[in-house]
Amino acid sequence: MGSRASSLLREEDIEEIKKETGFSHSQITRLYSRFHSLDKGENGALSREDFQRIPELAINPLGDRIINAFFPEGEDQVNFRGFMRTLAHFRPVEDNEKNKDPTSGEPLNSRANKLLFAFRLYDLDRDDKISRDELLQVLRMMVGVNISDEQLGSIADRTIQEADTNGDMSISFSEFTKVLEKVDVEQKMSIRFLH
Amino acid sequence: MELKMFLLVSGLLVGSLVALGGASGSPAKGCKDNKPPVIEKDCHEPAKNRTDKKENETVKKSFPVLSLDYENVRLPFEISLWVLMASLMKLGFHLMPRLSSIVPESCLLIVVGLLVGGLIKLVGEVPPVLESKIFFFYLLPPIILDAGYFLPIRQFTENLGTILMFAVVGTLWNAFFVGGLLYGVCQLQSANLGDVNLLSCLLFGSILSAVDPVAVLAVFEEIHINELLHILVFGESLLNDAVTVVLYHLFEEFSNANTITATDVFLGVVCFLVVSLGGIVVGAIYGILAAFTSRFTSHTRVIEPLFVFVYSYMAYLSAEVFHLSGIMALIACGAVMRPYVEANISHKSHTTIKYFLKMWSSVSDTLIFIFLGVSTVAGPHEWNWIFVGATLFFCLVARVLGVIGLTFVINKFRIVKLTSKDQFIIAYGGLRGAIAFSLVYLLSCDHFPRKNMFLTAIITVIFFTVFVQGMTIRPLVDLLAVKKKQETKRSINEEIHTQFLDHLLTGIEDICGHYGHHHWKDKLNRFNKKYVKKCLIAGERSKEPQLIAFYHKMEMKQAIELVESGGGSKLPSAMPSTVSMQNIQPKRSSQERALPQLSKAREEEIRKILRTNLQKTRQRLYSYNRHTLIADPYEDGWNEMLIRRKKMKDLEKKMNNYLTVPAPPSDSPSVARARLTSDPQVRGLKSATKNIPSIKVDFASPQNPESFSVEDEFRQKGSQPKESKEDDGGLTMKVPSPEKQKKDKTPDEEPQQRLMRCLSDPGPAAEEEDEDDPFLP
Repeated sequence: MGSRASSLLREEDIEEIKKETGFSHSQITRLYSRFHSLDKGENGALSREDFQRIPELAINPLGDRIINAFFPEGEDQVNFRGFMRTLAHFRPVEDNEKNKDPTSGEPLNSRANKLLFAFRLYDLDRDDKISRDELLQVLRMMVGVNISDEQLGSIADRTIQEADTNGDMSISFSEFTKVLEKVDVEQKMSIRFLH
Repeated sequence: MELKMFLLVSGLLVGSLVALGGASGSPAKGCKDNKPPVIEKDCHEPAKNRTDKKENETVKKSFPVLSLDYENVRLPFEISLWVLMASLMKLGFHLMPRLSSIVPESCLLIVVGLLVGGLIKLVGEVPPVLESKIFFFYLLPPIILDAGYFLPIRQFTENLGTILMFAVVGTLWNAFFVGGLLYGVCQLQSANLGDVNLLSCLLFGSILSAVDPVAVLAVFEEIHINELLHILVFGESLLNDAVTVVLYHLFEEFSNANTITATDVFLGVVCFLVVSLGGIVVGAIYGILAAFTSRFTSHTRVIEPLFVFVYSYMAYLSAEVFHLSGIMALIACGAVMRPYVEANISHKSHTTIKYFLKMWSSVSDTLIFIFLGVSTVAGPHEWNWIFVGATLFFCLVARVLGVIGLTFVINKFRIVKLTSKDQFIIAYGGLRGAIAFSLVYLLSCDHFPRKNMFLTAIITVIFFTVFVQGMTIRPLVDLLAVKKKQETKRSINEEIHTQFLDHLLTGIEDICGHYGHHHWKDKLNRFNKKYVKKCLIAGERSKEPQLIAFYHKMEMKQAIELVESGGGSKLPSAMPSTVSMQNIQPKRSSQERALPQLSKAREEEIRKILRTNLQKTRQRLYSYNRHTLIADPYEDGWNEMLIRRKKMKDLEKKMNNYLTVPAPPSDSPSVARARLTSDPQVRGLKSATKNIPSIKVDFASPQNPESFSVEDEFRQKGSQPKESKEDDGGLTMKVPSPEKQKKDKTPDEEPQQRLMRCLSDPGPAAEEEDEDDPFLP
């Protein structure tokens, strides 16, 4: 887990990552080469600048938040394992996984964990609630600058009012899950990592 | 009682139809060239003859006051009669709910057609046949346009790969499998089918292989399965038209030529690409033209729907000129123009388009099935047990094998795999219909001497699929517990989070360097926003983000509901903003805030509603002008409104049971009751207020319980209503009086104007009274 001078991937690393995230061998190697190409500093870890160098990410309204999601609390570097751990959330859900290992806990790409990942992107202060302000921030990022604050405010109010069941004027994780129960999250939040 | 009357009327109609229809039908002889039952417009000739005759005779005859001249109007009359009869049949089925729940409509209509055809034959006349030209030019386009215009684009594009696989590869597989095996069967000595050559079999196979959109729509509409399966089968039925067209022309050409070389096969493949892509391009061009035209229709709202219909029809016809796939052109046209047109046109035009399309497609659909029945009775048949049986068997087997095989391959690439239940429904839902029939009908007799046999076989297959599969699919769906369609509306939460997830996924894909689905969708959206929307959408709307448009649309819908049912005294804005204001306690002070100025449209709306409400006692006749439309929120009539209000009142009572109102200390149970049952607008309805003349309720406060409960009506499925923040002590209630209504308006007008802030619309500035419906695809 520590920083390695050599940036080659060892077999036992691949095995560990495979067990933890569920990616296949070829997927891991492919993603490793991508990691390597992003890592301009050649130090085996990515920094925020490395991510920001990706052009499409710069124009993505949620770009900064996504980048932040890769970095664990307070750190500025993410190594390959952390990289893979985050990406594991987007692996498609497979039916046969449910039978494999009931004791190992929920896999990273289960529906609940996917939703949790998305929830954490809203909830910056990690208080397990999406407050009105946090929602407003996200809305502002997605909608652009043309819309007035009041309008955005009323949309945010409406959103919270629709989702809120316990009356605390914010959206908790369970409420978030409930609202999205009709949305096919398994498909929407999955990327087809080619073999 | 209703049913008996209806049966009487329809009996009369059918009787007249039998007499007239039979008289006009041309004999549908076997392999001779079938002339369509078209009556030439030679009405002038008989008239001339008559006048000639009159002149020749001595002028002894008196002036004919009443004369019979049926020939003049024969064609339109009969067409109208058929349409009327078809629609009455449709009406009749729904009067018998038990029957329509067991048997799908399409089956019943075919049976009716059979009966009518049988009747006509009994009378001695020859029943008319479903002419291919009429079918392809008049009956099919409305159905396809309806399907294309309301195509759920999102699901369609997400499953496009799967749909294309089924449509192209599946249809090819079906065609060759059935054609080849049939040829094998024909070679059997016992069958007496030796003269059917390979090409005929292949052609027949290709006609037979196409899943029919009309039949699929007719059956699937009624069983409400989940969207994925619906779009898969339906999308397949739409897209396989290109394959069918190419194969049909290919084999028809080949049957002329004697040898088939590899070049021909290669050209066939090229032809397929040209036909399908060409059709789409033609459709897209017309779609863009339509969108562009709709940008300028803000002053002539009345003809907006016309552009949609005519451009689409032109797309279809233009594609047919070049033998491209007309269906794909129509779909492309509808799908391309929809987002832009809907952003430009008025709400009324939107409704008009929707209802006209539904109406036309419904009539077409009905006529097609009835004519199928009639043609079955009419058509010359050549029944050959072996051929027909083999056709049916191979058709079913091919479908099942094709679906299983293709799903196996497709599942390797899909994120959400298709289960075997899904596969079963897809295979079972492959219905054949009138398109196949018409295509066989078009075959020329010279090249296909066994055309009648083909006709018989195809009718058998159609009947089997529509009757057996159509009738049993519904209980099977229930039996297998296939997921059904979810009826709930899309909430704003879903909208926001879905967009959020889209951005998220696009970002992740970019990080992985993986150019997948989301990447291209995002690119397309960006391109759309930057260039296309500016050209095709009028005015301010072009800059409106999708989210805002969706939000507006939702608000508008609720506002319209409120105006129609609540009597308009509470303005549309009262509902959403009352909600947001009353629920968020700390924000209560925000209502005192000064508002930004109202847009002109809102002011006009307020004024209009006030005007109509206040002057209700006097009947107002709007001057009728053909070129403009005046929005009238009171179109429904006063009685209905009273009924609705009463319903609302009852609902209020129910809702209020949940209220935990901090009752002011001076409250007594009678006051609470009075508060609950009072409603100043409803006059003539007895309320408890009469018993408590001394209590007065002040309704001028914006937080009065009534406006509260009005909004509760719309939150039935939602959370518990929040507490009423009633802090004005001493609720007072006056005995309801006519002046009360007017009085309500003026004090209400102010807070309601303040509440308008939620609907501040950056949309088009100067608008007429038509409500603009922001559209979200």
